[in-house]
Amino acid sequence: MAQAAAIAHDDHHYSSTGLSSWKVGFWTFIGSECLFFASLISTYMVYKGRSVVGPYPHEILDIPLTSISTFVLLMSSLAMVLALDGVQKGSRKLALIWLGGVILLGSAFLGFQVYEFSHFVHEGLTLKTNVFGSSFFVLTGFHGAHVSVGVIWMITLWIMAFRNRLPAAGSLKVEIAGLYWHFVDIVWIVIFTLVYLIQ
Amino acid sequence: MDCGPAPPGGAVASMNQRRTRMNKAKLPAGLNTLVVYLAVALLSGCGEEYLQSTINPVTDYGEVTQNLYVQVFWWTMVILVVVLAVLAYILVRFRERPGQERPAQIHGHMGLEIAWTIAPALIVVAIVIPTIQGVFEVQRPPDGKALVVEVVGKRYWWSFHYPELGITTANELHLPVGRPVSLRLESGDVIHSFWVPQLGGKRDVNPVVVMPQGEESKRNWMHFTIKEEGVFWGQCAEFCGEAHSLMGVRVVAQSEDEFQGWVESWKTPAPTANVPAAPAGEGAGAGLASALPAPGPSAQDPRMDAGAQAPVAEDPLVARGREVFFRESYCVLCHAIEGTQAPGIIGPNLTRIGSRLTIAAGMLENTPQNLEAWLRDPHAIKPGAQMPAAQAGVTYEGQTFPPTNLNDEQIRALAAWLSSMR
Amino acid sequence: MSVATGTLKAAPAAHAEAAGLWSWVTTVDHKRIGIMYFLTSFFFLFVGGLEALLIRIQLMRPENAFISPETYNQMFTMHGTTMVFLVAMPMAVAFFNYLVPLQIGARDVAFPRLNALSYWIYLFGGLFLNSSFLFGAAPNTSWVGYANLTSLQFTPGRNVEFWIIGLSILGVSSIAGGVNFITTIINLRAPGMKLMRMPLFTWMTLVTSFLLVTALPVIAVALIILGFDRFFGANFFQVTAGGDPILWQHLFWLFGHPEVYILILPSFGIISDVIPTFSRKPLFGYPVVVYAGILIGFIGWGVWSHHMFTVGLGPIADSFFVASTMIIAIPTGIKIFNWLATMWGGALRFPTPMLFAIGVVAVFTVGGLSGIMHASAPVDLQQHDSYFVVAHFHYVLVGGALMGLFSGLYFWYPKVTGRMMSEALGKWHFWTTLVGFNLTFFPMHFSGLFGMPRRTWTYQAELNLETWNQLSTVGAFIFGAASLLLVWNVFYSLRKGERATANPWGASTLEWSIPSPPLHYNFPALPEVRSRDPLWDEAERREVEAATLSEPAREPQMPSPSFWPLLTALGVVLTWGLLMTHLWWAPLGGLAFTAFMVFNWAFQPAFR
Repeated sequence: MAQAAAIAHDDHHYSSTGLSSWKVGFWTFIGSECLFFASLISTYMVYKGRSVVGPYPHEILDIPLTSISTFVLLMSSLAMVLALDGVQKGSRKLALIWLGGVILLGSAFLGFQVYEFSHFVHEGLTLKTNVFGSSFFVLTGFHGAHVSVGVIWMITLWIMAFRNRLPAAGSLKVEIAGLYWHFVDIVWIVIFTLVYLIQ
Repeated sequence: MDCGPAPPGGAVASMNQRRTRMNKAKLPAGLNTLVVYLAVALLSGCGEEYLQSTINPVTDYGEVTQNLYVQVFWWTMVILVVVLAVLAYILVRFRERPGQERPAQIHGHMGLEIAWTIAPALIVVAIVIPTIQGVFEVQRPPDGKALVVEVVGKRYWWSFHYPELGITTANELHLPVGRPVSLRLESGDVIHSFWVPQLGGKRDVNPVVVMPQGEESKRNWMHFTIKEEGVFWGQCAEFCGEAHSLMGVRVVAQSEDEFQGWVESWKTPAPTANVPAAPAGEGAGAGLASALPAPGPSAQDPRMDAGAQAPVAEDPLVARGREVFFRESYCVLCHAIEGTQAPGIIGPNLTRIGSRLTIAAGMLENTPQNLEAWLRDPHAIKPGAQMPAAQAGVTYEGQTFPPTNLNDEQIRALAAWLSSMR
Repeated sequence: MSVATGTLKAAPAAHAEAAGLWSWVTTVDHKRIGIMYFLTSFFFLFVGGLEALLIRIQLMRPENAFISPETYNQMFTMHGTTMVFLVAMPMAVAFFNYLVPLQIGARDVAFPRLNALSYWIYLFGGLFLNSSFLFGAAPNTSWVGYANLTSLQFTPGRNVEFWIIGLSILGVSSIAGGVNFITTIINLRAPGMKLMRMPLFTWMTLVTSFLLVTALPVIAVALIILGFDRFFGANFFQVTAGGDPILWQHLFWLFGHPEVYILILPSFGIISDVIPTFSRKPLFGYPVVVYAGILIGFIGWGVWSHHMFTVGLGPIADSFFVASTMIIAIPTGIKIFNWLATMWGGALRFPTPMLFAIGVVAVFTVGGLSGIMHASAPVDLQQHDSYFVVAHFHYVLVGGALMGLFSGLYFWYPKVTGRMMSEALGKWHFWTTLVGFNLTFFPMHFSGLFGMPRRTWTYQAELNLETWNQLSTVGAFIFGAASLLLVWNVFYSLRKGERATANPWGASTLEWSIPSPPLHYNFPALPEVRSRDPLWDEAERREVEAATLSEPAREPQMPSPSFWPLLTALGVVLTWGLLMTHLWWAPLGGLAFTAFMVFNWAFQPAFR
């Protein structure tokens, strides 16, 4: 009997929890990322109101504009959900449309950020200006870097879908990418709230 | 090694060794320290003196720590003895005997687990309660009026400023016995830690963070009342760079009378600090001091009288040294001497430097010979020091200081003059 | 003895893994990666040890000038950094790698190529850090690198930059390793291997891995913001701009205290497996020992400021951290009591692994108790940053962690190599180590109590610290010489050691059911486990061995070798390393290189 059980499990897709190892591993990685952003956000919070020279946050942060970019990023998460659904249904068309949507919305968010950064530099806020500048650019910059990695990842998936290499059986790849994308999105909501809304 | 009886502490005057005389660590109070001393005696053949002993406090602040340490020490000793005794018993009693069968397979015992969770928990409570009392006690400001001293740590020396007395000195902190003292700690560069073990535990000397308008930067304080006279050794305890190990400090604890005498002496410049007789400022020196505001040591300054009243013939070497200091070097850019035109604030204040026990922040006994060595090449004594040498400049935190270019004759004179300012 | 030891089965040639250098460079086999981890960390142990000996020579006499202060500062910085990041952590990871799959009945870790990546990043990161010596610019601001000393203004030169970048690189390796082992342990346990049946070493690996993935990002952020200050002129630690150096201490110790448990828990796991084996009794209070380990991991996150009692956080914060620190002593004590209870009533044997395990129990107790002394905050005001603390953490990290790893080395060496280590040499090694270790570190309690600060290049003769320091120096040389015995034993036994059977110690856990050394796929068929000590139950042992010693009908498919992990690791090191050029675009080149390698990796099938 033991022999039979052993042979039944003799296969590299074996898992003691029934979950894919990729999922378990990726959730662990996201846990690690949580601590990374928690530390960056804490650093920002520690230095809140500690700048000795301006520009200060209230003088320079543009809440309406950032609300739009936040909305764009939130919508990209919706697109992500629909893209995964499309892949799981085996629809190449839906996969291409919605992955494309994620890419466009993600890029739009990055565009907003590039505009915001260059505008701030123009206003005299750089990494070197004050502790607000240092902690703001490093925090949002690392978030932006995460979005960029996500966009590249999505482009890769889009190309795979385009080449018919993203079958429903392989939807785990999209699911994992989706986990990452939603995580980055949630981090932004925290940043938007703490950095922009509560000044 | 000195095995004889300790000379009375606080004998500041009796300093004929290469280094300064120090007060002896008193025989310890706690039994645990007795154990320590027994071990010491066993190893070295006689009682030792430990100038930076953490277990011979001379202040109320240090005693809080010491009492706690003794308590915790005994708790941990009990645990250690129990654990090691049980372990030793096990190792002897439960060795495998030849042909022994597999022993009974016991997987655990809930009662025991609970017991050895609760027992340590109780010990922890017994330690935590007095500890937290101690935590609050050592950080409580004194009840009465305290003598405030602003301590500034810099790489690699200490500046002491008594705001109420208007005194600034360096590396040697004079304090009265029996009066509450509050040290206000701040750093001029990186983090240091002020540690004179016999006065009590260390406190970090943090750089002052510039705050937005209207907010006060936080500084650390140490509060204590010294109970014994003596010279207490200490040093920086937070790694601060190349010469961290050479950043010493001496605390001279004096009776109230002696302390007042010291304060008084500080109110007038040392007799040789300025040119004894008016008119001053004659002789156009080539030194940088000539660029300073012209009047020079003002003869009309009443504080000068003390010096003027003693028309003893001045040692020409001393006079020459003064000339070197004010006119032939750029010493005054960094060093200040009260009552003279030397205004520098980068380096240690040199007022009455001749009366100090040590130079180079506790590293050398204060003799003309050591002063000469220091002036010639400070980096041989303290690598990383900011003071330029005769033949070598320094670059420090972006500032460049050229070589002093002093020759042997100038150095000897300078040392003689500095030593003369008692 | 009622438990028969398994018979040695030579691996049929057809099952043998490919040999040759290239096969090692491209390997994704957890056992080979484990061996490489071990050898690399073993090498760095001697690098760090050499640095320690230079420190000890310098301190042998007061006012000595054997090495310059600058050299000394580089030595103690590199000694600490090396021993923590290049020796203790990766040596534990070597054991994780080799043993965890064997202990839980898996053929490999969850992500074999990621595992290879972890190793290569570790190797390159370690070499990068040590390459600073070639430039005469080894890190010189201590292993804790307190701001604002590390600012460009106070420490010009590349020393601190080597440190920032080296540690950042190593952090990537540790996080990847942590993710891998968590996934492996959660997901790749053999049938019946419930969590509460896992060997204690695997349990402690799991707890340690959680600490790795959560603690390392915190120091990563600390290093990143310090890097931004130094490379790009940011203000995080510039007091003139409102930057607060204390932030560094919080971030560093928020990582640093979990790090202490990252270092010690693997050793606890090892001796929790070794002690029952040589007591011939199951571990006493298994669930309690497991929960105590988990609790230590959790509370380990709430004690960081006990490293900062002198900073001036105020009495309320100090009191909180006094209490949390004292509380962590309770689960630690529980572990010690359970080890004692395991031995109680046993039939004790004392081969070298057991000697080291007992050594850990005794020596760690001393280190733990001195820790309680400076957990009392006012006492810490005296002991902090003195040699008393140096004594304390060497008792914990050398006596506790390193000796535990030595115990594991002697214990599992036969499994890895198929040969026993020399017992005679082993016993010599143990006793000389014990003497050398205690002679080195016990006197440091006294030098500390008598006022010797740590990180001090020299001390004045009048302080009367010479005797204590001389004892430490003599001890250090004995300790160093003892370690040479270990080197000799490791390499000598490889050729001349007695052949090992599958289960030479009569141990109870799964890894001892397979041949020594194991086949490259570990288990011909996955065994089914029914208890914590499967090999100590006669019926269960037969069932397990029917699977583990069987001839497989077809050879299990194993992940293919790959050189992309190596190249990706090179890319990671290149990206970080190019920061040293101070050209903002240079790292982008490294990044592009890395991305290229990652894509190749991603599209290379794991199995061919």
